[in-house]
Amino acid sequence: MKVCITSKGDSPESAAENRFGRTPFFVIFDDETGEVVEAINNASANDASGVGPKVVQMLVSKGVNVVVTGQVGGNANKGLEIAGIPTYAFGDAKTVADAYAAYKAGTLNRIV
Amino acid sequence: MNIVVASGKGGTGKTMVSVNLAWTIAQSQKITLIDCDAEEPNVHLFYPGDENVGPVTMDVPEVDSEKCTLCGACGEFCRYGAISVLTDTVMFQPHLCHSCGGCMLACPVDAITEVPRRIGMITKSEPSPTLTVISGILDEGEIAAPAVIKAAKEEGEWEGVSVLDGPPGSACPVIETMEGADVCILVTESTPSGLADLKRAARLAEALGVHTGVVINRSDGEDAPTLEFCAEEGIPVLLTIPFDREIAAIQNRGGILCSEKEEWKEAFMQLYEDALSIAGGTA
Repeated sequence: MKVCITSKGDSPESAAENRFGRTPFFVIFDDETGEVVEAINNASANDASGVGPKVVQMLVSKGVNVVVTGQVGGNANKGLEIAGIPTYAFGDAKTVADAYAAYKAGTLNRIV
Repeated sequence: MNIVVASGKGGTGKTMVSVNLAWTIAQSQKITLIDCDAEEPNVHLFYPGDENVGPVTMDVPEVDSEKCTLCGACGEFCRYGAISVLTDTVMFQPHLCHSCGGCMLACPVDAITEVPRRIGMITKSEPSPTLTVISGILDEGEIAAPAVIKAAKEEGEWEGVSVLDGPPGSACPVIETMEGADVCILVTESTPSGLADLKRAARLAEALGVHTGVVINRSDGEDAPTLEFCAEEGIPVLLTIPFDREIAAIQNRGGILCSEKEEWKEAFMQLYEDALSIAGGTA
């Protein structure tokens, strides 16, 4: 299963990013191995509008199964819901690795 | 001859000036008054009894799920994120759609057709043989005000004189209203925000190549900063309406100042003539 975490940088040591659609990077873990399989530079981060649905479509095409982020806007929320991607808020986690660990520990609140 | 009434700041008296100007012109010739403030149309408060003459629609995509292969081409094309292909379905969010038709062209299997979606309506009334009133009304929660304004302008298009009551601000709805204007009357008030927003509206009109004149409304006599700005920019101040309880009372009960006060009818006739001369003298 692929777990996608919004991030300010391209590695697990990067700070977790609060924004979903406009996050600079998505760091994707394979939760069977616990390894990072891909860090995606978000091409839609600076688009004028409709960023949320565009990002959801991109994540769907990458086969992402779970999203961990800070918060999600209305358009993205609808997209994640329709795509059937459970989404969790990383809360106090500082880095991407922290957020991933918290997700694995099952302590995060589900927001979508 | 299109005379647009705009302001930048909301609540300065655009509708008051539009309604009185149109009423005054209608005493001697045929005229059309078009309410282009599609988000908050208020001209109908002065001329009740308007009738719906039809919806304003935007074309939006409809996906034939039998033909769709979920390839994602439409979603990749759409820069507004209005259409997205998600796992086993196509999600369409109408409020994000700009009606460009691009998704239809991008679809490799012709699964997308365009269907009309209502975003507002046009109403019309003829309160007197010489006055036609048209309003563009955007449905609540919709965002495409310019499309409704455009439809209202088209409904009211004719070779004679039209007064267009514009929306506040200095963005797309005002730009759509000012497009093709012969002259723009900017209504302001003697407050710091009235002046700040007047400057924005004046810059917009200049950028669109529309000549302007200013009406100072609810003047408390302390108009020096406004007069200074107008003098610097070479914008004539055409009329000053005082902060006056009697005028406010007429306005507040839906009355038309010029129909009750002869001196204001004369002042608005002069405003019309001045507007014509700013526009280049062609009526």
